[in-house]
Amino acid sequence: MSTWQIARLVAAKDLRVEWRSRVVTNQVLPFAALVMVMFAFALDNDQALTRVAPGLVWLAAMFSLLVLVQRAFAVETADGALDALKVAGVRSSGIFLGKALALAAQLAVLEAVLLVAAILLYRTEVPAGGVGVLLATYVAATAGLAFVGTLYGGLAAGARGRETLLPLLLLPVVAPVLIGATRATEAALGTNDAMPSEGWPWFGLLALFAAVFGAGGALAFGSLIDD
Amino acid sequence: MTTDTRSERRPTSTTFTRWLGAAVLAGLAWLALFGLVLSPNDRVQKTGVRILYIHVPTAWLAYLAFIVTGVCSVGYLWKRSRNLQWDRVAGASAEVGVVFMGITLVTGMLWGKISWGTYWTWDSRLTTTAFLFVTYIGYLAVRDLGGTHHQRARRSAVLALLAVLEVPLVHFSVKWWRPLHQQESVAEGKLNGLMMFTLFVGLVAFTLLYVWLVLHRQRAMAMDDMVADQGLDAALAERREEAVR
Amino acid sequence: MRLTDVVAVVGGFPVLAGATLTVERGEIVLLQGPNGAGKTSLLRLCDGLLAVERGTAEVLGHDLSVDRTSVRRHVGLLGHSNGLYADLTVADNVRFWGATVGASQDEVSAAMERMGLAARLAHVRVARLSAGQRRRTALACLVARRAGLWLLDEPHAGLDATGRDELDATLREAAASGATVLVASHELERAGSLATRTVEVAGGQVR
Repeated sequence: MSTWQIARLVAAKDLRVEWRSRVVTNQVLPFAALVMVMFAFALDNDQALTRVAPGLVWLAAMFSLLVLVQRAFAVETADGALDALKVAGVRSSGIFLGKALALAAQLAVLEAVLLVAAILLYRTEVPAGGVGVLLATYVAATAGLAFVGTLYGGLAAGARGRETLLPLLLLPVVAPVLIGATRATEAALGTNDAMPSEGWPWFGLLALFAAVFGAGGALAFGSLIDD
Repeated sequence: MTTDTRSERRPTSTTFTRWLGAAVLAGLAWLALFGLVLSPNDRVQKTGVRILYIHVPTAWLAYLAFIVTGVCSVGYLWKRSRNLQWDRVAGASAEVGVVFMGITLVTGMLWGKISWGTYWTWDSRLTTTAFLFVTYIGYLAVRDLGGTHHQRARRSAVLALLAVLEVPLVHFSVKWWRPLHQQESVAEGKLNGLMMFTLFVGLVAFTLLYVWLVLHRQRAMAMDDMVADQGLDAALAERREEAVR
Repeated sequence: MRLTDVVAVVGGFPVLAGATLTVERGEIVLLQGPNGAGKTSLLRLCDGLLAVERGTAEVLGHDLSVDRTSVRRHVGLLGHSNGLYADLTVADNVRFWGATVGASQDEVSAAMERMGLAARLAHVRVARLSAGQRRRTALACLVARRAGLWLLDEPHAGLDATGRDELDATLREAAASGATVLVASHELERAGSLATRTVEVAGGQVR
């Protein structure tokens, strides 16, 4: 079986689990929306909110990522399934890509919800000229986050004290995505007088990040989940 | 019941490290002399400039330590034979590096407060350093996850290499984010000859200190592993007893 | 499969302190011994989940000191956990595990039937099954994966009398079609009916 076939298999399995259990839909999406509301409570200034909306959207995405990754691997460790996958000799790069794919799909939905929340709560507006940059940014950032989340989630899964280990490992690593995605989104939305064209270098950075961790992750995943 | 595996008291020092230690002390004394007494005050920053004599060397060393960890991680993974010495040096370097990095950040913040009135600014150097600090801490946490020596080594090595990939990405994203370099020009431009010399003394002294610390620490780690292995023989014997009982 | 004086360590503790065992194809070997003797560790070693600290281990032609990952493709381990996805149905699970080796839909259906899982239970979520039914599902996954070496850790636990007999029948069939089966069990009665050979494990050793 090729790596790609394994990946498709694992991704389909992960998405089917979500379809049957609805944990992300029923728990994580509400959490994300809640975070957006809490930002409004904390910042208490409509103009400030509109100005920092891109940052808040991606910040909420980062926190939700932690929850999504925990869930993705809780599914595996609950009945020793990840162990069983290793036992079955299923190629770890395939497992990595498959789980990353499923995670990316869930992230994409989550980010869409966050954008809608920003439009509703922070009075964000998306100008026509910025749609291209925005979409490109979303794709690249989602890919990067999915790769990194799967990689470090695998490391933290099954390790003692893993709940606290995951944020410690993951949040520093996603810093470039947070910076890049926020700046690119600002450019796309025209916040702080930014032009959509200014977003493209940032998209480049995000794409590089995704490429580095996609390749690096596929190579490293096996070593990190081995116990 | 269990045999005392510490019955051999072996210190981690050798003739070489004793001479090295003496050199370190001499270097640090020299640094103190020049740094605190002999070098002049800066025109603008007055006495505050003296913090640089610690800040700059520790920063340099923190990055050196990080590079050493990266190189040793490659070294461990490179050959099939997997020599654990690489892993121990990588770990020791990371431990020493964390300490130096902490000192760098604290002295940097103090210097910033004295010079410009702010503890922190979001330039790429500072932010990357802070990021590196947290990454180190994560790396050390993962080293503690347990397993055999080789499992620890492999996991840590891979993690270190991922960090090596990560650092340039962070550096550039922060650089693009806040492209102001006021500090660099202010800091390096105004040091006269004696101050540069003191800085150089500091670099040498701290580098020697780093080497001394890493040598000792990785030997201590080797002995920890040895104790664990000796413990294994004792435990093996005990386990075999079970069958007889 | 050939183990010679194998030592394996977990967290500093020698779970195996010198295991020597040779098993031929088609054999069903019963591992017996008290709790903590090392039966589970022995099984885990055989599918490359534990590193060989000392000694040599050769399983299905693979030398585990050199490479302990490629053997896993051909080995099926059923431990205390079942390796199932609780939110998916029985059919989903067996199909997934079969698909990891490219098994056809027919093979998957056959596997489920062999374990008495067809029709009624096929579309029930694993979370709703009893312990015995989950165990059978896990075995069906093993069958679907066409494993050459079956490693079973207390497989009879949680099964009623019929379930146990069915399990034994499945194991005998597997052995007859060329698989090697290792069963760790407390069940002394099985020794005669199921196993071709019984081996004692104690103090991390097999002699």
